[in-house]
Amino acid sequence: MPVNILMPALSPTMEKGNLSRWLKKEGDKIKSGDVIAEIETDKATMEVEAVDEGVLARIVVPDGTADVPVNDVIGVIAADGEDVSAAAAPAAAKPAPEGPASTPAPSAPQAATPAQAPAALNGQAGPRLFASPLARRIAKESGLDLSGVAGSGPHGRIVERDVKAALAQPRPQIAKAPAAPAAPSPVAPSPAPAPASDETIRKFYAPGSYDEAPHDSMRKTIARRLVEASQTIPHFYLSVDCNLDALLALRETVNAQAARDKDGKPSYKISVNDFVIKALALALIRVPEANVTWTEAAMLKHKHADVGVAVSIPGGLITPVIRSADTKSLSAISNEMKDYAARAKARKLKPEEYQGGSSSVSNLGMFGIKNFNAIINPPQSSILAVGAGEKRIIVKDGEPAVATLMSVTLSTDHRAVDGALGAELIDAFKSLIEHPMSMLV
Amino acid sequence: MADPYDVLIIGGGPGGYVAAIRAAQLGLRTAVVEREHLGGICLNWGCIPTKALLRSAEIFHYIDHAKDYGLKAGGKAEADVGAVVKRSRAISAQLNAGVGFLLKKNKIDVIWGEATITKVGEVTVAATKKNIVQPQNPIPKGVLAEGVYRAKNIIIATGARPRALPGLEPDGKLIWTYFEAMKPDAFPKSLIVMGSGAIGIEFASFYRTLGAEVTVVEVLPQILPVEDAEIATLARKRFEKQGMKLLTSTKVTKLEKSGDGVTATIEDAKGAVQTLKAERVISAVGVVGNVENLGLEALGVAVDRGTIKIDDYGRTNVAGIYAIGDVAGPPMLAHKAEHEGVICVESIAGKHPHAMDKLMIPGCTYCNPQIASVGLTEAKAKEAGFALKVGRFPFIGNGKAIALGEPDGLVKTIFDAKTGKLLGAHLVGAEVTELIQGFVVAMNCETTEEELINTVFPHPTLSETMHESVLDAYGRVIHT
Repeated sequence: MPVNILMPALSPTMEKGNLSRWLKKEGDKIKSGDVIAEIETDKATMEVEAVDEGVLARIVVPDGTADVPVNDVIGVIAADGEDVSAAAAPAAAKPAPEGPASTPAPSAPQAATPAQAPAALNGQAGPRLFASPLARRIAKESGLDLSGVAGSGPHGRIVERDVKAALAQPRPQIAKAPAAPAAPSPVAPSPAPAPASDETIRKFYAPGSYDEAPHDSMRKTIARRLVEASQTIPHFYLSVDCNLDALLALRETVNAQAARDKDGKPSYKISVNDFVIKALALALIRVPEANVTWTEAAMLKHKHADVGVAVSIPGGLITPVIRSADTKSLSAISNEMKDYAARAKARKLKPEEYQGGSSSVSNLGMFGIKNFNAIINPPQSSILAVGAGEKRIIVKDGEPAVATLMSVTLSTDHRAVDGALGAELIDAFKSLIEHPMSMLV
Repeated sequence: MADPYDVLIIGGGPGGYVAAIRAAQLGLRTAVVEREHLGGICLNWGCIPTKALLRSAEIFHYIDHAKDYGLKAGGKAEADVGAVVKRSRAISAQLNAGVGFLLKKNKIDVIWGEATITKVGEVTVAATKKNIVQPQNPIPKGVLAEGVYRAKNIIIATGARPRALPGLEPDGKLIWTYFEAMKPDAFPKSLIVMGSGAIGIEFASFYRTLGAEVTVVEVLPQILPVEDAEIATLARKRFEKQGMKLLTSTKVTKLEKSGDGVTATIEDAKGAVQTLKAERVISAVGVVGNVENLGLEALGVAVDRGTIKIDDYGRTNVAGIYAIGDVAGPPMLAHKAEHEGVICVESIAGKHPHAMDKLMIPGCTYCNPQIASVGLTEAKAKEAGFALKVGRFPFIGNGKAIALGEPDGLVKTIFDAKTGKLLGAHLVGAEVTELIQGFVVAMNCETTEEELINTVFPHPTLSETMHESVLDAYGRVIHT
C-alpha cells in the first residue's frame, strides 16, 4: 500500500504552510525518521520526518509551494516497485443532492444568494481549498489569502468574482486572523478604511526607480499581526528610568565567578538583558493581576511568567518565549536565550517556542536608543521597551551625581492592565533592577 | 377552476420548452402555450432547417470538388430544389414531433393558441390571428383548448421575428425573409442579401455554393459585424474567392420590383449611388422581439427598444412575470434562450442558479468556412483596457486540416496578460463550430493559459489548432 505524506500541522493553529524544499528526490529510499522535507510556517522552518519506510515514489507538491493546506497530500511513499498512480488522487467533492422543490410563492421572487449554501462546503469542512485556476492566479498576484474567501462557484468553489469581491473589501478583514476558526466571510464586520491598493502605491514612484521584493511569510505575518495588535489592542504607555549601577556591579561579579572549561570559555555570560528578562518575570509574579491575558469572556490569569524576547533576525523579527522565567536562574535564562537567538536566525524555532507568553521584552539599547514604545505581541497583555544604559547626571542626596540609567517603557493592553496596575508592575520591575541581589534569591 | 400552474410559459421555442422541462424536473406543475409550432423558429424556421440546407450545399461542394480527393462522381453536381427543401422540412418535422414527445413525457400541459396576460397570475389563450407559416408541422395531440388559465409564475418566451426596414419591407415573393429563403420553389440565379450577420451570411453561402450570383450589402464597414475584425477579414477573403460579392459601408436605399426581379439602389459611405439587379432579395437586417399583444403595457412590464427588460434571473419589473430568450434581449440565440430558461425556472423554484454571463455565450455561423467565437474580440478587449496576449494559429499548420483538404482557417485566442484569463476565442475554418466549445468550457472553469497549455489535445485533430493558438499567445507555438 502506498502511503501518503500529508502536510503536517506544526502547531494547533496552523492551517497551511509553505513547502520550502524536499531533501529527498523521487526514487530515494526512505527510512523512518529520515528528514524528507522542510516546511516553512509563519516564522519558522521545520523539518518533516518520515514515519514510514519505502521509496519516495512521488512528490505531489513541489519545492517552493506556498500556502499548502494542512493534511494535503504532499508526497507518496511506496514499497519498492509498488504502483502509486492512484495514491495521491485528491478526494472529490460530493455533488449536492438535488431535491424536489417546494411550490414557490408567486409574488415574492426571492433574491438569489448564490454564496450561501455552498460556502459551508468550502475550507472549513476539509483541508483542501477549491478555487478556480484564475481565482488562484489573481489571489496570488494580489497577495490575497484564499482561505478567508467564501466561494460562490459550483460546490463552493472560489471563482474569479469571489476574489474580486474580496479584494474590494478592506484588506485586514480579508486576511483571516491566525487563531480564529470562525466561518470565513468576505463581509467586513466593521467598516475600516481600505488601505491604498498596491497599484495606487506603485503609481507614486517612477517605474524602474525601485526593485520589488515579494513578501515572504514572515513579513506577511509581522504585517498582519502588528496591524491586528495596533487596531484591536488599546495601548497605554508608562515610562520610568532605572538605575543600573548596582546591577552592572553585580553582573561583573557574577560573570567573573563563572566556571571555565579547559579552553577558558566561561560556562555563562549574563547580559543586562538577561537581568531584564528575569526582573520582568519576577515583577509579573509579584503583581499577578498584571500577569494576564485578555479574552472576550474572561481574564486568563497566568500561574507562571512566560516572557517573550524580541529577536531581530534577517528579514524580520521573532519573539521566542522563555517559559517560567520567574523560576529559572540567570544562567539558565542566558543560555536559553543564546540557543533561541541562534535557532531564530536559522528560522528553526518551533511554533510552540514562540507562541503564548504574557509579556515581552524588546531591547534596542544596543543601538543606543534612549527610549521607545513597543507594540504588544498578541495574545500577551504587555511589552517592555528597553533603552540603552547610559551615564547621566542625576540628583543624589541633593547633589548632582553620575549614574548609569536605563529608560524603559511598558506598553499595556488597557483592557487587561489598567494604568495604576501597570504602574505597579513597572515599579516592581524598577525595584528588582535597582536591587538586583533580590533576583538571585 | 383548476389549481393554478406553478409555471406557465408563453412560447414553445427552445427557451420555452427547455424551461418547461427543467420546471417539470424540479417538480413544478407546468404548462406551455404555443400558437404555431413547438420548437419555435429555431427548430422550424431557423437553426435546424438551415443546417439541413447548408449540409446539402456542403455535400454539393464536395461532389463538385470530388477530383480534389482523387474521386470521380459522375459529372457535375446538381441540386434538386424540391428534394433539398423537402429534406430540410422533414428534419424540422422530426424534431418538432420530438419536442411534443419530450413535453408529454415530462407531463407538461400544452395549451394551443395565443396568450395574453390578462392580469398577474392569469393568462387568456385565444385563437391566433397570426398567419401561420406554411407548411405547418402537425399540431400535437392532446393539447388543451383556448380559455383562461391561472399560474403563479408566467414566463414570456415569445421569441423574435425578422426586422423589416421601412420602404424595404419583404413581400414574401421577390423580397424574402428567412422563411421564404428556406423553402424556395426554384434556386434564384442572382440574389442580393441585405445584412451580413449570421442569418444573411449563411443564406449567402448556401445560395452561392449552389451557383447563384450573390451580392451581400452591409451597412457597417465589416461583414459579420459582431465577430473579431481579423476573422471577418479572413472569412471575407474566402467568400470573395468563392465568387461572392460583399459591399460594406453600403446601404440599400430603394428596392423596385419588376416582373421577376428586383432592382436595388445602393449607396456607399461616400454617397456614390448605383443600382443592382437580382432575381430575389433576402432581407436579413436583424430580428425584433415579439412583445405585442401580450398585455405588457396594461401590466406595466418594462420594455426597452423592443425587448423586455429583465434582471440576471429573468425577472421583469412586475413580480410573477418573467421573460427569457430573444424577447428578453440580445444575443438572440437559441442556446442563450435555453440557458436563460433554466436559470429563470431554477430561481423560481428557490434554487440559486448562476447568473448568465453573456461574455461566455458562444456564437456560431455555419457558412463555408464556418465561424465561431466566444468572449471579447481583440478590439473590445483593448477597449476594456486589458493588456493582451494574442495567439494565432492557422489551419495550414495542422495535419488533420490538410488531410481534410481544409487548410484555410485560423484560431485566435486573446488572454489578459496580467492574469492569464482567457478573454476571447475566435475561429474561422472547417468544423470550428464544433471546436469552440472547448474554449467555452475553459472560460467557464476559469482556466488560465497554464491549464490550457497543460491539456493534452488528441492528434490528429483540428482541435490541436486550439492548443497551438494558446501556445502562440505565450510564445511557445510549435508548428509555425
